[in-house]
Amino acid sequence: MSEACKIAVERRGDVAIFWTDGYINNQGGEEIARQAYSQLDSGARALVMNLEKTRIVNSIGISILIEVLEKVMDRKGALAFCNLTPTIDKTFRIMGLAQYAAIYPTQEEALRAVAPAG
Amino acid sequence: MHILVDKPMSRREVARPGVSELGAREISLTIPVAADMEIVATAQASALGEFIQMPRDKIDEVKLAIVEACINAFEHAHSRDDRVHLTFRVGREESGPEFLEVEVLDQGEGFEHLSVEIPSPEKTFEEGKKRGWGLQIIRSLMDSVAITSGDWGTRILMRKYK
Repeated sequence: MSEACKIAVERRGDVAIFWTDGYINNQGGEEIARQAYSQLDSGARALVMNLEKTRIVNSIGISILIEVLEKVMDRKGALAFCNLTPTIDKTFRIMGLAQYAAIYPTQEEALRAVAPAG
Repeated sequence: MHILVDKPMSRREVARPGVSELGAREISLTIPVAADMEIVATAQASALGEFIQMPRDKIDEVKLAIVEACINAFEHAHSRDDRVHLTFRVGREESGPEFLEVEVLDQGEGFEHLSVEIPSPEKTFEEGKKRGWGLQIIRSLMDSVAITSGDWGTRILMRKYK
């Protein structure tokens, strides 16, 4: 039984969109972080994480996502999550991730929110 | 032995291990302390939750609570048998709703849960304390939680109503 989280990334201008599929634990979180840092290093200003195909993010995975968020904030960038299940949304709020990162119901709304003004 | 009831058991006391409650159905599962075995345990909760037609979002909450309880056992218990023992029960209270109850038991060294620091977003973001959220998440997601711990191990008993 493999529960490895699959991650797909697409770059649209200075926005990188991540799609996750599966359980985000320490390994999944670290892989997301590795790819997120790679995107930031290559000039991405904003990250949008679409978790539509993920139903469980454990607290270790969230702690790694918080590290990604801190790095994005250090660079004055933006991080937005979308398509969260109610349980993931609730857990993000419990751990405070929702206080610092934006959460949107859909990918389109997240993309609009991180688009540069004007 | 340390006993802590984090949230009051509503209406009735929670069933003791091995004791059926109003026709409660019980399944036992033992998993090794190994990567991703917590996900194997959640599959059992899914099956039983679906059996009592619990809404999917509630089943997800139970699954995450199980994941967090197992991770705590994996990381901190130093279990003597390198295993975590789970018991799943579904039942109905006398005049109440159906429930899914999960007991997570390890034979580790136990811990003083009353002295566990309560995490907060401020500590997480301002003081860099990003770990230690497991018990808080379990308490937030389940309707009742009871923790018993001693030098024999730790038992987390948690219940979710349909």
